[in-house]
Amino acid sequence: MTVRHFSIGGMSCAGCVAGVEKALKSVDGVVASAVNFAEHTAEVEGSFSSAALIKAVVDAGYEAALLQSEEDTAEKEAAEFQYYRSLLKKAFVAALIGVPLFIFGMSGMLPDLNNAQGQIVWFFIGFATAFVIWFSGAHFYTGAWKAFKNHNANMDTLIALGTGTAWIFSMVITINPELVPSLARHAYFEAAAIIIALINFGSALEMRARGKTSEAIKRLIGLQPKTARVVRNGKEIDVVINQVGLNETVRVRPGEKVPLDGVIIDGHSLVDESMLTGEPLAVEKNTGDGVIGGTINKSGSFLFQTKRIGNETALAQIIALVRKAQNSKPAIGKLADKISAVFVPIVLIIAVITFLLWFNLAEEMPVSYALVTMMTVLIIACPCALGLATPISIMVGVGKAAEFGVLIRNGEALQTAGKLNAVVLDKTGTITKGQPSVTSVITYGEWQEKAILMLAASIEKGSEHPLAEAIVSAATAQNIALADSQNFQAVAGHGVLADIDAHHVLLGNAALMKKNNIAFEQAQTDARRLAEQAQTPMYLAVDKQLAGIIAVADPIKEDSVQAINALHKLGIKVVMLTGDNKHTAEAVAKQLSIDEYFAEVLPEDKEQKVALLQAQGKVVGMVGDGINDAPALARADVGFAIGTGTDVAIESADVTLMRGSLLGVVDAIAISKATVRNIKQNLFGAFVYNSLGIPIAAGILFPLMGILLNPMIAGAAMAMSSVTVVSNANRLRWFRSSGAEK
Amino acid sequence: MTLAVNLLAVVLIVAIIWWFWLSTATARSMGSNRLIEIQVENGVYSPARIEVPLKQPFTLRFIRKDASPCAEKVFFEGLDKSLLLPLEEPAEIELSLSTAGEYAFSCEMKMYQGSLLAKEII
Repeated sequence: MTVRHFSIGGMSCAGCVAGVEKALKSVDGVVASAVNFAEHTAEVEGSFSSAALIKAVVDAGYEAALLQSEEDTAEKEAAEFQYYRSLLKKAFVAALIGVPLFIFGMSGMLPDLNNAQGQIVWFFIGFATAFVIWFSGAHFYTGAWKAFKNHNANMDTLIALGTGTAWIFSMVITINPELVPSLARHAYFEAAAIIIALINFGSALEMRARGKTSEAIKRLIGLQPKTARVVRNGKEIDVVINQVGLNETVRVRPGEKVPLDGVIIDGHSLVDESMLTGEPLAVEKNTGDGVIGGTINKSGSFLFQTKRIGNETALAQIIALVRKAQNSKPAIGKLADKISAVFVPIVLIIAVITFLLWFNLAEEMPVSYALVTMMTVLIIACPCALGLATPISIMVGVGKAAEFGVLIRNGEALQTAGKLNAVVLDKTGTITKGQPSVTSVITYGEWQEKAILMLAASIEKGSEHPLAEAIVSAATAQNIALADSQNFQAVAGHGVLADIDAHHVLLGNAALMKKNNIAFEQAQTDARRLAEQAQTPMYLAVDKQLAGIIAVADPIKEDSVQAINALHKLGIKVVMLTGDNKHTAEAVAKQLSIDEYFAEVLPEDKEQKVALLQAQGKVVGMVGDGINDAPALARADVGFAIGTGTDVAIESADVTLMRGSLLGVVDAIAISKATVRNIKQNLFGAFVYNSLGIPIAAGILFPLMGILLNPMIAGAAMAMSSVTVVSNANRLRWFRSSGAEK
Repeated sequence: MTLAVNLLAVVLIVAIIWWFWLSTATARSMGSNRLIEIQVENGVYSPARIEVPLKQPFTLRFIRKDASPCAEKVFFEGLDKSLLLPLEEPAEIELSLSTAGEYAFSCEMKMYQGSLLAKEII
């Protein structure tokens, strides 16, 4: 049973309270609810889904958002530090007994077990190490026993059996040395203590190293301001962030962080969004523009109205997306997962077989050799390194990508991005800025430039197509009055037609002219010339006669050339899709060194072009805006959506690029390659460690070279194996963005 | 003596195979509210094997008491789901399984292991 608080919007009178309460109580699992009209909040108790509750309120005609309590990373860090300290303390106490015993033993200062006095000393040493095992290693024994009861075996099982065997054998021969031959009378109390010290110390180091793996998510959480300056009853007051509701007015002063998502209602400023989008230049914001929580107001003071709070803010969604991706596993880790699941029982069997081999084959002291090798096998085996190899690298890689404004949806997308050998780019808005402008107007017959622009702008004024907006802007700039159009018709992939001032007007490409039997041969040379200059020519026909050409050009983004060159360096074929005619497409392709292009592609055909490349054996990445290109993005092996600002809710994309730059694709592919390489290093290391370490511990080198591994060295190796894996993953933190190299 | 030790070792190997691979823990049933609380402590999920209703949503509430980072996440294999477990705080996940069978869940190192036994519950 939990209590959650919600901000309720749209309540205009006290009577609305009953409506909201009714909606709240209709949700399964809600036990009690209380709506506060003055604060526009609701307190709800029970076991229910927040999403279902918000839906119920919205269905009732109001707005609702979860007032999420701020994530307390400080508390988590304090708990982790306490655990780290406790591990170090346990390691220190165990070493305090184990190390002197080891030194005295090596220097022959400890008494012999073959006499009564020696037995008494060893008996006390046994008790001292029993205390160490209880104080520093009890958690291994409890874990092993509980796992055993659940028909499970884990790392605790191996440590408990290894150190337990050492202690029991040592105590048995201390009490009754006659049980083994005199040469085999050696107690291993110090080994048990030192192994426990080493494993605890290794866990502490691993914990320290792990803290660094989650730096990216901590940085994102740290972006969230703790308070907001809210205007209530005409006064500006500081309010804790989780108490700010929907549609509240918030003041942001220069240098302050924008506390939540909303829309500017008064004032203007430059806002630094680099921490979320990776875009280094501050963005100008005016009244009506959206602002995002966590970004920094650089210059002016402004008021904005909150539109998204709690879990709904872009920052909260980015954190959720990054966390989800960090917790997903790609196919590369599946084999290690399967081995990890059966690893410990297999090691137990190998340990028993090792015991048997030495017991039956050793020419002298078979019991001692059998016990020591069995113990060493148990201690050296490390299932953790194997299990940790993939997720720890994914955690760092996905977090690092987020720092560059690259949101990777899951581990699978991260793995596949590194295998891409073809990238398809949608031209408009991806390679170009998506803000075309009129660059040339050519007239034919008696038509004047202004008249041509007036007709073209009049026909296009209702359209949201970027080319249409360019024509309307050009007409507006020349103060041309627009006329009303009738019988408007849009022909997908061709153009538009309508009646204006008793004229039948057509505006579009060559296909539209041909379809309507317009003679336009005389204009084709002009059109080709314009196209070769990377301009998109559109023919205008009036009453079945060609009247002119309007050419529009969409400027190429400054870093598109750099990104395409970088993709080439990675050995990736770059393909461009465009609705432009082939001359314009060819000109753009030539200018940017694009390997292949498809011109005059209709929106619905983009998916087919991706499929065509896949049929040629290519692993294809598709880069588009995420809305018009959704089918092509879904078809591609990896779909990259270029977001606008922090438009993170692009469901069809595997990767969302919050910075509107193609360099994000290069970053995503480079991070993917680096992460997969890192995972392979970790897996290789973990497999090699276990497949070499276990036979060596079993004594495979003894018949050949007379070498037998000391169980304490095995303990040190085991303790360091996980630390090595985590430290190797941490190297990914030094990955640099391709934008940073600019 | 040698024969006895050898026999004992063989019995031990058979016992390991039987206990860890061929035999399973008894599955704990859920209550009528289709919610079960799982303690995450000392290297084990308690309960570790849970009987869940087929084709009906159910909730797993994890309470993590182990501060070790290994216990921080739980992965549900084959379901592409995972859950972050804050220390000493309940963390819930709602699941629904459409196919009968056993679904494993574990920590990232596979040291904590559990399973959901999805079956028609009459």
